[in-house]
Amino acid sequence: MSVATASRRESTAAAWSMAWVLQRLQRSLLHIAVILITLVWIIPTLGLLVSSFRPSFKIITTGWWTALAPPFEFTLKNYNDMLAQSNMGSAIFNSFMVAIPSTVIPVTIAAFAAYAFAWMKFPGRDWIFLAFVGLLAVPLQLTFVPVLTFFVAHGIVPDNLSHIGLPPWVGLWLAHSGYGLPFSTYLLANFFRQLPSDLFESAEIDGAGTLTVFFRIVLPLSVPALASLVIFQFLWVWNDLLVALIYVGGAPEVAPLTVNLADLTNSLGQGYQLLTAAAFFSMVIPLLVFLSLQRYFVRGILAGSVKG
Amino acid sequence: MDFSVLLQDIPTLLLVILGVPAVLVGYIFGAEFLVRRLPDKNRPQVRPWIWVGPALLLVAGFLFIPAVATLIQSFEDNHGNFVGLQNYADQLGGFPGGGAWIAIRNSIIVWLVVYMILVLSFGLIMAVLFDRVGYETFVKSLIFMPMAISSVASGVIWKFMYWYQPVGAPQTGTMNAVVTFFHHDPVAWLQDEWPNSLSILNNLALITVATWGMTGFSMVILSAALKGIPGELLEAARVDGAGEITIFRRVIFPLMMPTIVVVATTLVIFAIKVFDVPYVMTNGLYNTDVLALRMYNLLYLSHNNAAASAVAIVLLIAVVPVLIFNVRQFRAVEARR
Repeated sequence: MSVATASRRESTAAAWSMAWVLQRLQRSLLHIAVILITLVWIIPTLGLLVSSFRPSFKIITTGWWTALAPPFEFTLKNYNDMLAQSNMGSAIFNSFMVAIPSTVIPVTIAAFAAYAFAWMKFPGRDWIFLAFVGLLAVPLQLTFVPVLTFFVAHGIVPDNLSHIGLPPWVGLWLAHSGYGLPFSTYLLANFFRQLPSDLFESAEIDGAGTLTVFFRIVLPLSVPALASLVIFQFLWVWNDLLVALIYVGGAPEVAPLTVNLADLTNSLGQGYQLLTAAAFFSMVIPLLVFLSLQRYFVRGILAGSVKG
Repeated sequence: MDFSVLLQDIPTLLLVILGVPAVLVGYIFGAEFLVRRLPDKNRPQVRPWIWVGPALLLVAGFLFIPAVATLIQSFEDNHGNFVGLQNYADQLGGFPGGGAWIAIRNSIIVWLVVYMILVLSFGLIMAVLFDRVGYETFVKSLIFMPMAISSVASGVIWKFMYWYQPVGAPQTGTMNAVVTFFHHDPVAWLQDEWPNSLSILNNLALITVATWGMTGFSMVILSAALKGIPGELLEAARVDGAGEITIFRRVIFPLMMPTIVVVATTLVIFAIKVFDVPYVMTNGLYNTDVLALRMYNLLYLSHNNAAASAVAIVLLIAVVPVLIFNVRQFRAVEARR
């Protein structure tokens, strides 16, 4: 029996007795508290969403809540202007170009490594894994100066990369991969280790090679863990500002949505009706991912609640 | 909107979506192919390194070696000359108001303590309350939703919440509309250095934004822990005549303590490293600077790598207790396996 069922016991008191009234009162207070908390939590987002569909002169002169009463005056102008006047259109393309490889690379490489950590013997294995655990807490800030210096010295910067025919985000991909690996490896290794060992033994007896075991047994059995990790890493990279600022912040034409939105926030003094639309535009993909795959996302959070 | 950029870049798109996985799978197949050419007795020695190799290289290259390099650089000036503790002296010399002290105070005291307490207590209250209503899943998704939003977008959302107009002008920001409704003068939430230039108010305003974004995280984990408590235990306490509050204090809370500690360690790291919210909302002005933002500004605006390295090391020192705790926890769990 869970806490919920225990506390949701049916009222045993007779109707309209003192105890019955008290129980009813307690239940109502509970519902009021829950609804109030939830309202407070969604008001900020709701306010911005409503504002983004209001004409600009209205945004400046009246609060967003006045738009909820007739006469209704909503418009798509802010969104049109935002797409025309800012480079949010190309920024969303950049965000995909940053987030997809920055998810695929670390998750794949972490799966390789986790397989070795979980099912192979090699000298120093436990110590290296322990180092990964330690690195979960290390602030990324600690790495920026040397990595940036190295990137600049070796031409791993957007301008030069596109000049030699590589995607301009290569440096950012590698950085995100390095930063995401301790967490990804930790999560997957813990999952792989819990797979039953007879599976591996019988596969070996059947003469299956390492690759077959990995691609035919380990990966298919780990789909839930992989799914949560992919969602987690994707959202993390998509929503990241700091790493993108450091490695491609100086090249607005390849910068992702977050960098663009932050620039817009700092540069738009009066035109902030554009900002309302831009903020929502940047939230569309993460919200879609979140709403459709929430179950996996929550599972991922529960599986490894430590992220560096 | 100019969608032509998306079409022009189809080669890039294909390269990225197909090329990257192809390289990764190609690597492991190629390497395994070579391993199979090795004599039988060498294979088990080589194979593990093939599988962990790429991860080791990336982690060493992007985390471990740079961290060591930063430590070394923090003792050098920008031309590579050894200067001892000079960079630290520059950052820490101006106590209490100068150098990095405002950022240290905000990151390691204000943010760490207030943010952790707020996120944990809101998460706990929500987990306990929501557990008792039938529409739990629905309200939980609403609270959790800000987790999917970037801190930059959260910053924009809350800039509108905190919007300030002088006395007499119509208040379009939600917070000031509420405040003026109660006949109080509007508050410049992000600039107000109340009390006495200690800047507690505006730092609290920033922490509120991050708390709003992160509470869903602690709620989800704490709620899972709450559901793991056997109902019989609570039923027994009720039969013994314990009230709901006593049950929470004496039964639920102690049983959830390990989970609370895990969430707290994660929050400590988040608090100490906070960057996005102050960057977007105040850019560290009005005494709201934090270590990560100071480091960024030293690196990117002042091009002072030596100073930036010293600030980064201060950041590291602040998380070392958590790092040690995590490693110990991990070893304790391993020992029990």
